Amino acid sequence: MTTVTARPSLWSIRGPMTQRRYWMFAAVGLLTPILLWWGIANSGWVEKVFMPAPGSVWARTLLWLEEDNLLGDMAISIYRVTAGWGLSAVIAMPIGLLIGTFRPVQALLEPLTDFIRYMPAVAFIPLVMLWVGIDEGSKIAIIFIGTFFQMVLMVAEDVRRVPSAQIEAAQTLGATRSEVIQLVLLPSAKPALLDTMRVTMGWAWTYLVVAELVAANSGLGYAILKAQRFLQTDKIFAGIILIGLIGLVIDQLFRLAHRKAFPWMHLKS
Amino acid sequence: MDASKVVSMVPRIRIRGLGKIFEGTQQVVALQNVDLDVQENEFVTLVGASGCGKSTLLRIIGGLEYHTSGEIHAGGRPVTAPGADRAMVFQHYSLYPWLNVIDNIRFSRRLRVNREDLTSADVERASGRADALLNLMGLSSMSGAYPNQLSGGMQQRVAIARALMPKPEILLMDEPFGALDAQTREVMHDLILHVFNLEKATIVFVTHDVEEAIYLGQRVVLLAPRPGRIDTIYKVPFGTDRQQDLKHTREFLDMKREILERIRETSGMKTDTHLLDKMSAT
Repeated sequence: MTTVTARPSLWSIRGPMTQRRYWMFAAVGLLTPILLWWGIANSGWVEKVFMPAPGSVWARTLLWLEEDNLLGDMAISIYRVTAGWGLSAVIAMPIGLLIGTFRPVQALLEPLTDFIRYMPAVAFIPLVMLWVGIDEGSKIAIIFIGTFFQMVLMVAEDVRRVPSAQIEAAQTLGATRSEVIQLVLLPSAKPALLDTMRVTMGWAWTYLVVAELVAANSGLGYAILKAQRFLQTDKIFAGIILIGLIGLVIDQLFRLAHRKAFPWMHLKS
Repeated sequence: MDASKVVSMVPRIRIRGLGKIFEGTQQVVALQNVDLDVQENEFVTLVGASGCGKSTLLRIIGGLEYHTSGEIHAGGRPVTAPGADRAMVFQHYSLYPWLNVIDNIRFSRRLRVNREDLTSADVERASGRADALLNLMGLSSMSGAYPNQLSGGMQQRVAIARALMPKPEILLMDEPFGALDAQTREVMHDLILHVFNLEKATIVFVTHDVEEAIYLGQRVVLLAPRPGRIDTIYKVPFGTDRQQDLKHTREFLDMKREILERIRETSGMKTDTHLLDKMSAT
């Protein structure tokens, strides 16, 4: 007698996958673009000015590091992004919490926030220069404007997603309004809030180049803009890739923090 | 104390002429002219076709929903808001996933209502009670586990223990076993009867399962929909000591049939056998 065992196809919908297979596919996904890039750049089909080879981008990065204060550029950019995003988080958290908790606050602020968030952050640059000036504050302000309004709405949504049964169970145990907020709403929404912080941090980075349009003389975004002026395509590539890598590291740090702070979410039953 | 004796003469829950209208694009009369008394240490179950307002009635007793007419008293006080005297157990999603089992059970200890005038003896008694509830629910080996590590039945046991922890005067249960499989539900039935006898609780229990309603309740209150109202109140003739095989007795089955038939009548949804025949003929 033969036994017939069904092995799910790799392409069955939401099918299972071994860890090893997963990383194999991930490696292919990551390496293919690099190989393509390397191949095209070295084939001679495209001029070096339009597409520098990985090697020359690497060389440019080292040169930048040795002679052009790459670490300084990275530090100031990280500072600007973190400051703009942090300021936005500090203000958006309580406002989002109030919107997600009290209907009058929601009615008062949510439509307004919805309206403002569609305004392009870039278009605020002239106003920011006028109001804040052209020093550090203006760069932070642009990143703040780019992230704050989205963040408020996401925080509000995180708070609203707390199951009613969790709130009502506390109320029928005699919890007061402030106890419900402190002992149920906040701890229950915390994991989602940390995810919101992670996602908005990503957006903050996308506003960096825009922010460094404003009378900057340092930073990764500024370096990219300056390289454009001198047609240093390899430096543009280097700057973009560096921003991507910093973003990736920060993202992983947030994920690590999530696992450390909320171990109960990552338990297997 | 004499005062408590006087109070105990009054029903635990007293509902008179209670009505609830949901205002919206169109007015819905969820409940109309409901009169109901629940005595101390009584187990009352609410059944009825969907839309009969049984959950709404329970939520009004719990203070989670407002009535629009009539009056309702719990423990002699008018009900205006949720309070520690009326703990509620929900169908699901009510546990705190960031707290382990014992901290979920102890949750009410963190609330101001339970922290006033605390002596160390009180604290000791409370921690003893938490452990006793943990044992009673058969969860002693699960004390440190988190809710997402528990089966549905265990989660509901934690929710019940958490509600019982502060010794509420009234325990309100909103289809607490509705999401459990049949075997687990039977175990839970015996457990809740045991708790009821042990704790001398007053329980109001909403369910759509008539068998459950009879097996648990001393009275089964049948509500009818459109508008939600009390249709019939059945007195269950069985004592407090009930075993599973009670469900197979003639008396039990007759009562089940009678209530089911009445629910079907009140729901206005009769099976059209003629139409079914026509459909299967083609």
